[in-house]
Amino acid sequence: MPLIKTEHLEKTYVGDGVETQALRDISLSINEGEFITIMGPSGSGKSTLMQILGCLDRPTGGKYFFEEREVNTYSDDELAHIRNKKIGFVFQAFNLLPRVSVLENVMMPLMYARIPARERERKARQVIEMVELSDRVDYHTSRLSGGQKQRVAIARALITEPKVIFADEPTGNLDSKSGEVVLKFLQELNDEGHTIVVVTHESYVAQAARRILHIIDGTIDKDEAVERQRIIAKEGFIK
Amino acid sequence: MQLRDTIKTAFAGLVVHKSRSVLTILGIVIGITSITIVMSVGEGAQSYILGEIHRFGPNNVFILPGKFPTGPTSGMGSLLNDSLKLEDIKDLELKNNVPQAVKVVPFVFGSVPVSFENELQRMMVMGSVPQSQEIFNLEVERGRYFDQFDLDSHARVAVIGSTIAEDYFGTIDPLRHKLKIKGFNFEVVGVLASKGQGSFINYNKSVLTPYTSIQTDVLGIKYFQRVAVEAESEEAIPAVIEDIKRVLRDNHNISDPDKDDFTIQTQEDIAQRVGTITGILTVLLASVAAISLIVGGVGIMNIMFVSVTERTKEIGLRKALGATNRNILAQFLVEAAVLTISGGIVGIAAGVVLTYGATVAVQRFAEINFPFSFSVNGMILGIVVSTSIGLIFGIFPARHAAQKQPVEALRSG
Repeated sequence: MPLIKTEHLEKTYVGDGVETQALRDISLSINEGEFITIMGPSGSGKSTLMQILGCLDRPTGGKYFFEEREVNTYSDDELAHIRNKKIGFVFQAFNLLPRVSVLENVMMPLMYARIPARERERKARQVIEMVELSDRVDYHTSRLSGGQKQRVAIARALITEPKVIFADEPTGNLDSKSGEVVLKFLQELNDEGHTIVVVTHESYVAQAARRILHIIDGTIDKDEAVERQRIIAKEGFIK
Repeated sequence: MQLRDTIKTAFAGLVVHKSRSVLTILGIVIGITSITIVMSVGEGAQSYILGEIHRFGPNNVFILPGKFPTGPTSGMGSLLNDSLKLEDIKDLELKNNVPQAVKVVPFVFGSVPVSFENELQRMMVMGSVPQSQEIFNLEVERGRYFDQFDLDSHARVAVIGSTIAEDYFGTIDPLRHKLKIKGFNFEVVGVLASKGQGSFINYNKSVLTPYTSIQTDVLGIKYFQRVAVEAESEEAIPAVIEDIKRVLRDNHNISDPDKDDFTIQTQEDIAQRVGTITGILTVLLASVAAISLIVGGVGIMNIMFVSVTERTKEIGLRKALGATNRNILAQFLVEAAVLTISGGIVGIAAGVVLTYGATVAVQRFAEINFPFSFSVNGMILGIVVSTSIGLIFGIFPARHAAQKQPVEALRSG
């Protein structure tokens, strides 16, 4: 059963009366448990695609089915619940709240899920341990390094046990060592059954995936399976 | 998301911008401070005036000539009415007619020229009976008050207030000197002790005589302008009023109570009327203060808009993580409300402190025994008003925040 399925997806922006077509005729399907990389040069529309797939934005044409239901039939509130419970995000710029502790940041999605405070904290400490940041629980996020920040973001994406994690250039602001660690975690999550979608323009990041979707000029150029997935934890990656 | 989380989140949002939050609520603080002061001073003024009225003797009932004064000008009208005659006084004094009356004290008064040597001023000259000393609670410092003999003999004697004694006579002892009241010579027989400010009649600047000596000669009237009747107790007042009405209607041949040519006022009536007046003044002043609250509210709205724009990214992030429009709306609305409510609380505290300071200053420097009063109504009003301002002026920025698309919000910055 495909978790994500699109049919002739389109996205057109209108700014100052000029129409810009960011995506056209995107038909794809992603099954549960996949590790897929969406690759393309900057401006190719890959981020726009991720935002639509992540229910942050709505397509202007075509159809998008999340768990076999068409997303356009969901209300804003329903989409918010889907983002809250079924989708996790990791952003290039980390997007953590500054001047707030690691714990508070990680707990935030559970607050919107109406989970009691005590339960929130227990779960947050669990996922923080998974990303090996237990000794930084009470730190303000502004005091963390880039790699640590991205691990906090992963913990935050993970805490609601989502079906799919979208990562938009997760290594873009990191040195290669930290990037490696982030990819290692994503791969481990995939091994545990999470669907992972990574958007990147760097080909070496794609080595970690099992499938690569090439986007050029807003449309699918190539959809290829990776013959031999690189196990980052063992092999590291080659830049 | 639970309310407690919303409030916590809102607090966290405000604490991050401490100095901005403080500056934002300044307008509200000033507004609520002024309202608190106005309400508290208003309440203080009211209790002060009521205290003054009660000091005058709660058992006193006043008879005014003329129809019941209802409008602001009819009080003047009643002074021109001549329905209260000497025979009425005599009948009221009869024990059989008004058994529970202790004293019946008629008055005449007018502002007339009073001179001594080269000094000439218009003065309040009041004519009454010797019992007026007790009813007004007057103390004679030198000499004596006029007595029944003076009254019966139409003696041209005068008791003068302490200020007049100083102004007219300076270091000379005024006793046995003659004052010219509208051309008639009156011998000064007594000087009143100085009486504290704040009474309705400034006795320090009054000249008191037997009414018989000035009623026809000086004032040229044949009636009385006021009659004070002292009841033996507060409980006896209704009975006394009924008796007075019966006697006067009898004397004036009035059968229809609607055609009464006199009005009876109790201290209660006067107190009520004063209460109404100070109440209106308080509302008026508080409305002026309320304008500053609106200005403060607009200030809050402004800053909230700036804050929403600045935090577009945070809003986007929260939405990406599952916040609904309602969650975001609540967060910013509660932020605005927390701002204005704290402004309200600070304002109330400042208002109370300033009112207390001003009261102490008035008591010390103006020697008016103005009481300190803390208006509970003012406090409740302050809290209610500041909360509503937060909600009213917070709603637009909060809706603006809630309606941001998650993707737009994430893209910015």
